Amino acid sequence: MNKKLLLEKAHVEGIRHYDVYRREGGYRSVEKALKTMGPEAIVEEVKKSGLRGRGGAGFPAGMKWSFIAKPEGVPRHLVCNADESEPGTFKDRYLMEFIPHLLIEGLIVSSFALGSNDTYIYIRGEYAWIVDILEQAIEEAKANGWLGKNILGTGFDCNIHVQRGAGAYICGEETALIESLEGKRGNPRLKPPFPAVKGLWERPTVVNNVETLAAVVPIINMGGEEYAKIGVGRSTGTKLISACGNINKPGVYEIDMTISVEEFIYSDEYCGGIANGKKLKACIPGGSSVPILPANLLLKTAKGETRYMNYESLSDGGFATGSMMGSGGFIVLDEDQCVVKNTLTLARFYRHESCGQCSPCREGTGWMEKILQNIEYGKGKLSDIDLLWDIQRRIEGNTICPLGDAAAWPVAAAIRHFRDEFEWHVKNPEEAQKRNFGLAHYADPIHVPA
Amino acid sequence: MSDLFKVTIDNITVEVPAGTTILQAARQIGGDVAPPAMCYYSKLQGSGGKCRTCLVEVSKGSEKDPRPMPKLVASCRTTVMDGMEVKNITSPKVQDARAGVVEMLLINHPLDCPICDQAGECHLQDLSYEHGKSGTRYEFQRRTFKKVDLGDKIQLHMTRCILCYRCVFTADQLTKEREHGVLDRGDHAQIATFIQKNLNNDFIGNVIDVCPVGALTDKTFRFKNRVWFTKPVDAHRKCSNPDCCGEVQLWMRGDEVFRVTARKDEWGEIKEASNGKTGWICNECRFDKKHITDWVIEGPTKVNRHSVISQGHYVGLEKPKETFNAVMNGRYPKLLMDIHSVSEVNKPEIDLSLLNRPAHSTDFNQ
Repeated sequence: MNKKLLLEKAHVEGIRHYDVYRREGGYRSVEKALKTMGPEAIVEEVKKSGLRGRGGAGFPAGMKWSFIAKPEGVPRHLVCNADESEPGTFKDRYLMEFIPHLLIEGLIVSSFALGSNDTYIYIRGEYAWIVDILEQAIEEAKANGWLGKNILGTGFDCNIHVQRGAGAYICGEETALIESLEGKRGNPRLKPPFPAVKGLWERPTVVNNVETLAAVVPIINMGGEEYAKIGVGRSTGTKLISACGNINKPGVYEIDMTISVEEFIYSDEYCGGIANGKKLKACIPGGSSVPILPANLLLKTAKGETRYMNYESLSDGGFATGSMMGSGGFIVLDEDQCVVKNTLTLARFYRHESCGQCSPCREGTGWMEKILQNIEYGKGKLSDIDLLWDIQRRIEGNTICPLGDAAAWPVAAAIRHFRDEFEWHVKNPEEAQKRNFGLAHYADPIHVPA
Repeated sequence: MSDLFKVTIDNITVEVPAGTTILQAARQIGGDVAPPAMCYYSKLQGSGGKCRTCLVEVSKGSEKDPRPMPKLVASCRTTVMDGMEVKNITSPKVQDARAGVVEMLLINHPLDCPICDQAGECHLQDLSYEHGKSGTRYEFQRRTFKKVDLGDKIQLHMTRCILCYRCVFTADQLTKEREHGVLDRGDHAQIATFIQKNLNNDFIGNVIDVCPVGALTDKTFRFKNRVWFTKPVDAHRKCSNPDCCGEVQLWMRGDEVFRVTARKDEWGEIKEASNGKTGWICNECRFDKKHITDWVIEGPTKVNRHSVISQGHYVGLEKPKETFNAVMNGRYPKLLMDIHSVSEVNKPEIDLSLLNRPAHSTDFNQ
């Protein structure tokens, strides 16, 4: 049932090297795309595939590509966003580390589709060893004529440059990434103008996630319509999920978005159940910035339907009773985990990573962290919980970039679903210090397989 | 680009050229409709969008696409579309968000207005009077920094800074070398030179003028006087610096010149000079020419009545409407009693309107 498209060959011996990758059928899509298809046909194919951006927002990739402005005489750029810094998300690292040529292949095809002669990979600075892997792959591709001048005799020139980030989460936001790539301070830009009109060096630019660009390869190989048949509804294709937390088998899994959340957590093929025979308490299903869900709402939607691992089902019920697919960082919390402490950890992260450009995010994230710290360490007041709610409400939607929203949502969801745990912390400060896992009665009523 | 776009802000419609921002359109209407702006400065390229005090609600995108915008937008950087409808003071959502922004701006601000040189002409002070609350919900220690001297004429007090980036843009665009910027990020971000270098060039004094709060102050004026005790006077001199406009405001008390600044308009931004230059002044005019004989005085500055700077030379004053006049068919009352054209109390037969002077008790005793 489970179909792998991206990681199918990831564990073939020596797949990191060009010879093995080519032998396993690599770079077929470049041949097909450059020789038999035009740029418009590729964009059309990606549109047909229904591929949605894998970076978090889930915006249709083909649509994004078709927005790119094409003024005469102005170069266009494709930028690959490999600045994967969201806590809980490590799918791109896995993909780039084990099968780097897949990304290079996807980049060549996408660059051809968008007319980008200079394509950039902006990679997270902490992924230092992956830079070497990617650069080696680029060298190999260049040596074999897949990059450089006049690729396959089509007259299309393309170079891929790897640029390392300097350790800022905010540079994963596309406009901040562009600023950083230009050598400036990584502050997000105001939109409009969108990068598709004025991006890198004021030129039309498309910024896509690693996984999105890698997914272009199977789309070209099998055809967009064929790709769209995998998955369900508007969630087409396969998605990499990086599962972590209190589960038996943490790791990166490729799923085809038709399996249920319950199956994903408990089946041996994927997470293999909760570690140490504990019960499931809560889960952050899409990377640290999406709302946390308690076990009952995670496995079933508010309407009582089974929740599936796809864009629509995970966001069913909006933020009141749902969450988001996000970037696919699946963080599982068992009954021993404290939601307040978890929220504090996230708030501390966002406070540290706020760029400090716009006031609500700069001041609000720090304020939320301090209040959460008080609650966690037994100095909180009941009014602090309402205050937290009020602060997050005033940050959300009022900032330049989505980091403000990302900082507000986890706090909002934690209060919405686990308010009594916050109250318990305030009312029992001493006990909260001794056994720091809050209330366990949220743990799932479902039988844990032995 | 000669098209005129119709835009409605708080139910008042104006026509503006294409490419105008919502904030500029609102400033054309003026008054309370114009959103406050802490970081936007029309003379500086790239400024704006950061402080979020100018957020407005766009309830109708344009004539072609009438969908409202999903989020509040920063009016300083959003251009108008034809038929756009904007809500500023008429939107409770905007008022709530703005109150939130003001609260956030103030949580790390020291509120040391009594000893701050900017008090009286501080935009943050005005903003918190209008939108702030009297109490704070912030119970933690405020962020503090040490005072730093940027050269011998300017002092930086980062504790008061709201990180509007105006001074960074000014130094970037006015002076030849980029000398200062923002270090660190988040709530510990700070304006700084790298590393504690002097700011030393002809136009760097303008960062004091653009600072909306008291973070950058003039060391030749610090603690010498309060702005509301001094009187602003327009003056000019022939400045040898070709980029300096030479038109300034002197802040005087008696015959003494306490401070020299660029001329500012009602939005706190520098004015275009009469010789077509942008209005920036050089350090020599600002810091060294502190004697009345250095300047040709033009007369008292006409100020807008929005701050405590008061000298009786206001612009934009509206006299109360003469409703009496309208009600009484063009006749002016002479006494309050005279509202009724005859006195009902005393002698109804006496028509007070016939008197060409105030009525007197003797008039009733005839």
